Amino acid sequence: MLQFILRRVLMAIPTMLVISIVSFALIQLPPGDFLTSYAATLAQQGDTIPPEQLEALREAYGLGQPLYVQYFKWMRGIFRGDFGRSLEWGMPVQDLIWERLALTVVLSGATFLFVWTLAIPLGIFSATHQYSIPDYIFTFFGFLGLGIPNFMLALVLMWVGFAYFGQEVGGLFSPDYKNAPWTMARVWDMIKHLWIPMIVLGTAGTAGLIRTMRANTLDEINQPYVETARAKGLTERQVIWKYPVRVALNPFVSTAGWALPELVSGSTIVAVVLSLPTVGPLLLRALLSQDMYLAGAIILLISILTIIGTLISDILLAWLDPRIRYE
Amino acid sequence: MEAKSSGPISNALQRESKVVDQAVAAPSEGYLAEEPISKDKLEEKIAVATPRQLMWWRFRKHKVALASVVVLVIFYLLAAFAEFVAPYDPEVFAASAKFVPPQIPSFIDGNGQFTLRPVVFGLSQERDPETLRVIYQPDESVWYPIYFFVRGQPYEFWGLWETDIHLFGLGENAEEGTLFILGSDRLGRDMFSRILYGARISLSIGLVSVFLSLILGIVLGGISGYYGGQIDNAIQRVIEFIRSIPSIPLWMALSAALPPTWPQELRYFGITVILSLIAWTGLARVVRGRFLSLREEDFVLGARLSGTSEMGIILRHMVPSFLSHIIASLTLSIPAIILSETALSFLGLGLRQPVISWGVLLQEAQNIRTVALAPWLLLPGMAVVIAVLAFNFLGDGLRDAADPFAR
Repeated sequence: MLQFILRRVLMAIPTMLVISIVSFALIQLPPGDFLTSYAATLAQQGDTIPPEQLEALREAYGLGQPLYVQYFKWMRGIFRGDFGRSLEWGMPVQDLIWERLALTVVLSGATFLFVWTLAIPLGIFSATHQYSIPDYIFTFFGFLGLGIPNFMLALVLMWVGFAYFGQEVGGLFSPDYKNAPWTMARVWDMIKHLWIPMIVLGTAGTAGLIRTMRANTLDEINQPYVETARAKGLTERQVIWKYPVRVALNPFVSTAGWALPELVSGSTIVAVVLSLPTVGPLLLRALLSQDMYLAGAIILLISILTIIGTLISDILLAWLDPRIRYE
Repeated sequence: MEAKSSGPISNALQRESKVVDQAVAAPSEGYLAEEPISKDKLEEKIAVATPRQLMWWRFRKHKVALASVVVLVIFYLLAAFAEFVAPYDPEVFAASAKFVPPQIPSFIDGNGQFTLRPVVFGLSQERDPETLRVIYQPDESVWYPIYFFVRGQPYEFWGLWETDIHLFGLGENAEEGTLFILGSDRLGRDMFSRILYGARISLSIGLVSVFLSLILGIVLGGISGYYGGQIDNAIQRVIEFIRSIPSIPLWMALSAALPPTWPQELRYFGITVILSLIAWTGLARVVRGRFLSLREEDFVLGARLSGTSEMGIILRHMVPSFLSHIIASLTLSIPAIILSETALSFLGLGLRQPVISWGVLLQEAQNIRTVALAPWLLLPGMAVVIAVLAFNFLGDGLRDAADPFAR
């Protein structure tokens, strides 16, 4: 097992390098650079910037250099813990992203827990009570959850909150705590705000998971080994939870590592609508203004988290299903 | 062989149809209940049925899926004949009728009399004393009859010939009357007409990309699963790598990299095609899994022992056994692409004005205060939800029907 983990960690290093190259290339793909889009923004506001000054800035930021030089400079900085400077915000990237990244992970984790604790029991119940009234109800809500776009749900919730409760729903903190230092009170404030984005982000996932869990359990529930367990005199609860459910969980565990990038990409829209302080909106803005060091750092960190997540889910998979052996 | 296998199948089918009928209390149309037939006859009929017939019988049982087919056909017909069905041109605006709430046609006119021809009431304006916004109320003293196959704004039908016949409208005599059955937007444009035109783009733009990713998924997943070993390993690493790139930056980079001289729809189409180069990974994993397990099946071994070629085994024996599964996953990936169009246009990364799509229409509903005052701006979202649900149910029905020999 230890050997397996070690090998996976070693394999992750080249993957990360490739991802860093691809993400850097992706950011550079649109024509122009940060300064052209900066000049365009200024021009929109009726302001101009003299070309000489633009050239000087380009020189200072090293934007005129060939791509690979810029890439190596960036990578050299990262190995020293320096992610570069955000051109738009005028401050070091690491000062901008750590808190947002942490909040993203907290939000993703909460959503993930919400989805799993709700969907797995419901899916199993749907399977063991196939074609019963609750099964139809869960199926219906499951499909409804799949059909409603996340941001629609967010909009409707906000509209209901605004029109009927006279309350602005959005953000992760009350105004008092927005820029406050981390205290217990602030954590509590965040927990109180966390549930709306959690529900909005988790609905589609829950719906899909109920469906898959139901189908997977149904596939297993009529297998001979389940009959054997029943014949041995185990209680129905033991029969279900010890045998078919463990097998049915397998595909979830193996894709759990993908949950994070999916949440980051999918939640960007929700985060914009609900004005959440997560990395999604920051990344979107950085990409729009071609603030490449900021965007690159965010993409790189998310990819690293994904790889770690996949690793964890592989380990979990081996623990869950003893038949799986990685040599 | 046939007689032997028919027993359990027909039993299973009967059992299933009974269970379903009891549970949903569906209309008593069981499997083959056009005419009352004895159990033996039923078994006989099932024994000689082709797989296609079995699938159709099974699909027919899924009433919601059948209803979804009807809904989708209606949606696509409405999208195809949008010019004719829409009472107004989607770009024509009425400056004096902004944010008009939905005007619901009524069969009772202003005198309280029943009319066979539906009427729509005129509008009375009021100003909100606080916000100074114009608020419209139905004015029961004025009403306009709704005519069918009526002359209205001229349009070019499918770019072929010019006409001005609309399915319904107020006709030329009612210049000052308006017929906004789903309300009007901030410029006084008819929401119903705009939703119809939006359906045209939203329901069609992703289809090519779905088919492209289908082909890629089957071919690469098939190779990966059938040959296994090093090839499988390589393809799996590629899939993992593709999946770990967050989609939003990818989308943005792609949309910025396509030539800006292309018209917007073409650019968006280009992006969806490029995105299909990413979207195949999910299907490829499924196909690979099926190939891995099918490879070990007895019938594949049988085919191999009787000297069938590799290609023959794959195409004649393996693909048919999960073809219907593929059709099902195809119908499930269409809603995904509809949703992503809506989401990206909503963010401003996909389509933009003046193109009309459901996502573009929803952009108008981004401001929560606007939505609070004019909730009907969320109606394009309803259209999205209905279309996506219908595709999902259809996919569900197809998946159930996909394997007619299952439990």
